[in-house]
Amino acid sequence: MITGIGRHLGAKLAQRLEADPDVEAIIGVDLEEPEFDFDRTEFVRADIRNPLILKVMESAEVDTLVHLGVIATPTRVGGRSAMKEINVIGSLQLLAASQKIERLRKVVTKSTTAVYGASPRDPAVFTEDMSLRARPTTGYAKDAVEVEQYARDFGRRRTDVALTVLRFANFMGSEIETPLTRYFSFPVVPTALGYDPRIQLIHEDDAVDVLYRATREDHPGIFNVAADGVLLLSQALRICGKPALPVPLAFAAPLAGALRRFGVVDFPRDQLHFLVFGRVADTARLKDRFGFQPAFTTRQALEEFVSGQKFQRLVTPERAEAWQQDVYDFLRRKRDEAATGGRRR
Amino acid sequence: MAEAEVISLDEARVRPARGRAGSSRAGTPKKTASRRAVPVQRCHATTATGTVCRNRAKANGFCAVHQPPPPRDRIGPFDAARVNELLDLARRRVIGDYEVDQFGFDPELTERVFLPLVQPMHRRYWRVEWLGLENVPSEGAGLLVGNHAGTVPVDALVMKFGLLDQHPAHRHVRLLAADLAFRMPFVGPIARKMGNTLACDEDAMRLLESGELVGVFPEGYKGVGKGYKNRYKLQRFGRGGFVSIALRAQVPIIPVAIVGSEEIYPMIYDARLLARAGGLPYFPITPFFPLLGPLGLIPLPSKWIIEFGEPIPTDTYAPDAWQDTMLLFELTDRVRDSVQQMLYTNLTKRKSVFL
Repeated sequence: MITGIGRHLGAKLAQRLEADPDVEAIIGVDLEEPEFDFDRTEFVRADIRNPLILKVMESAEVDTLVHLGVIATPTRVGGRSAMKEINVIGSLQLLAASQKIERLRKVVTKSTTAVYGASPRDPAVFTEDMSLRARPTTGYAKDAVEVEQYARDFGRRRTDVALTVLRFANFMGSEIETPLTRYFSFPVVPTALGYDPRIQLIHEDDAVDVLYRATREDHPGIFNVAADGVLLLSQALRICGKPALPVPLAFAAPLAGALRRFGVVDFPRDQLHFLVFGRVADTARLKDRFGFQPAFTTRQALEEFVSGQKFQRLVTPERAEAWQQDVYDFLRRKRDEAATGGRRR
Repeated sequence: MAEAEVISLDEARVRPARGRAGSSRAGTPKKTASRRAVPVQRCHATTATGTVCRNRAKANGFCAVHQPPPPRDRIGPFDAARVNELLDLARRRVIGDYEVDQFGFDPELTERVFLPLVQPMHRRYWRVEWLGLENVPSEGAGLLVGNHAGTVPVDALVMKFGLLDQHPAHRHVRLLAADLAFRMPFVGPIARKMGNTLACDEDAMRLLESGELVGVFPEGYKGVGKGYKNRYKLQRFGRGGFVSIALRAQVPIIPVAIVGSEEIYPMIYDARLLARAGGLPYFPITPFFPLLGPLGLIPLPSKWIIEFGEPIPTDTYAPDAWQDTMLLFELTDRVRDSVQQMLYTNLTKRKSVFL
């Protein structure tokens, strides 16, 4: 059973699982009907906060639960409190129900590297079992911390269930839509003046791949899931060919608020910290235990996103090359002119 | 012929100019004079062993082996290939075609932009004298432990860029800095791009395990922010955290003594109240700052001597020795003594603060 099937990741995972003959049945749960085509995935319109979910799980004889119904942005569900309701209370109810399912053997939950927060007081690279100095206290990151806590509690009560928690870096790719992809699509991208965070991404295909592996194989534990390589925000914007608009930190939060109000982009407050101090997670454990090598590096994930977009780019590699040639030719011409001119006189 | 082939290109390049200018070098005219009877034109070039090449020369006075390189394409006073290479660099920077590591270290920016900016400071302004460079390993991990002084931590940067500039292997030092550095706008990202990171066990271990040279200043704020009257008196060396890291990573500790940094901003008074109001660890009052305003920010041109001491090996201890607190204290004191000794020795070498 997959929760949150109405969204990109859940749907893609279902499609992957459909191709696997060993998977008997796939049940997708969400509040909205997914806009994706499925062959044999059964869609159940259900609310994970409703105890009825237990009936669904019982009748379908679910043995694997993939919990992706944790959302990062409040706009689509109508505000922060509704989002928290779905994320935290939903997970709590879902896991409570799962505890009663005797047949359940595996639980995979989606989390985020945002649980590490972003601060200048923490190590540059986060590993899964690091104790942190600055815990996130707002928004999605806080929800994720709480969901993880419930998942761990569940794991303690049901030791016979393999529990996998996947902490994903920011998703990137040509199909997925997240606040970060919207952000990179701005014609002029606001950044924090005087800061240049390190960013780490995960390509959507790699994310689905890891989810699939976690569902089909046994890898209990907490894992950071991120692509290799790190980009600086300034560098990422150069790759996108976008001009940056540095905004003093004091105006960053009001600006984000204004953008949210006008419906341009819903950029969660806790993500602002990410865009100031950055965050990088270590993926050694994932590579070691899953034997997984992401197909896309952070740069490639971003480049794939850029190539899939039709937005205006101020600078393209081709244009930059032409400029270089122009300047070089100009300098040589000037030199030649000076040389011949001198001889004539 | 075999002898001719070992000639370095530089030499062949230098020689022709001199030869044409009238062969004013002491050895050459004599040799050509003794050969005057022979009608065959001989090559002008000098071999690596110092003898004159005896091959038959072509029209321009050099044999086939010693042909001077074709005149290089120039743009103004610059080499055209170099101009193009710089343009290429600029282009790659504009489209983001460069690599940074996990810590945000941008080696290209550090070598191509920051180093040329810092170079005149340590070469000309402070005239740094480098001692014991051979004690810094050319490859593999090492932990550089130095004294910290000067109100503004420029000593760390001088050490970092000095090693990049002066060390035969041109090594990058990854400095460990306080979180204050990374919280500050502009300073924080630049510090990261230079390859520095937060002074914490996790980052230090990660760097050492990947074979990097790590620089640490265990005195911390107590060292940088001490008054001028306490110059060259080492403060407490932290709590021995750096030794524990070195033991865990089994990398040698290289003591570093920096003479000269104490005099760049002589702090005569620490305005504690101002510091507290601004959230800073100290607020320096020097004879020139804040009295002369921005002019007071110009560091004094003291004479610097930086010495790298004999490495202290840590792989002779048991792998779990880092948990032995007494050993940590003992090694900490050893490093501290070594730095203090070098400081005293080098201080006496200076004729005055500025010479």
